[in-house]
Amino acid sequence: MTAGVDLGTPQTQAIRSDEDVVRVRQLVRTVAVAVKLSLVDQTKLVTAASELARNTLVYGGGGAVEVVTVDNGRRRGVRIVFDDSGPGIADLDLALTDGYTTGGGLGLGLSGARRLVDEFDIRTGVGEGTTITVTKWSR
Amino acid sequence: MDRVPILKIGDVLLVSIQVDMSDQTALQLQDDLAERIVATGCHGVIIDITALDIVDSFVGRMLSTIASISKVLDAETVVVGMRPAVAITLVELGLSLNGIRTALNVERGMELIAAARYDEGGYGPDGDDADTETTAVP
Repeated sequence: MTAGVDLGTPQTQAIRSDEDVVRVRQLVRTVAVAVKLSLVDQTKLVTAASELARNTLVYGGGGAVEVVTVDNGRRRGVRIVFDDSGPGIADLDLALTDGYTTGGGLGLGLSGARRLVDEFDIRTGVGEGTTITVTKWSR
Repeated sequence: MDRVPILKIGDVLLVSIQVDMSDQTALQLQDDLAERIVATGCHGVIIDITALDIVDSFVGRMLSTIASISKVLDAETVVVGMRPAVAITLVELGLSLNGIRTALNVERGMELIAAARYDEGGYGPDGDDADTETTAVP
């Protein structure tokens, strides 16, 4: 377990199994607490991370996550980058639509995660994998 | 893999989720509960999520599925103990928890299940079934 988070140093976690998704949640929670996000914001960020980590595993065929604390001079926040080398997303607009799924889920993972964070950036292309960056700022 | 224990209290199965569940653990719980409902003939399932600091779409779907399965097996499911931050997040995520009854705590969940059984029998004091309300039999 992470004992004391070194602010500023990115922490990485591979996503290759179900248990890794749990580890991603725990890592994000630890960092979110360290930058003093409110309880609701912690919950939103960890939930978004859980959705995105599962996507990395299920649709991206596994990958890695990097968690780093950020500071814009006024506020601190947590930035998380999910990276996989999977098939990529062909139709991004469709993938971001509530209820759309190719995997038998509820189709809320990507669209829901986007609502739960302050900044959401996605880079993807067919055959090029997918990189999703999200940021949550303290209030 | 962690396995979530299922306790039997009278006519009710009580599940208190105390671990950060992996998706596999959640699916296992779904199967285990269906088996226990049939094996025990219980008419109520209470799922206590007090200890869960998040409910994502996977766990949300598991809760809905458990509620549907138990309904088919003649049992009522009540989810209790949801934290305020979890409720706020669930709504923003877009999860409606269709078909799931909720209560603030285990005690109220038990009352809800008891009331639901009364309603179904049609002879309860709180039954909304107008036809049977006047023909109460002990």
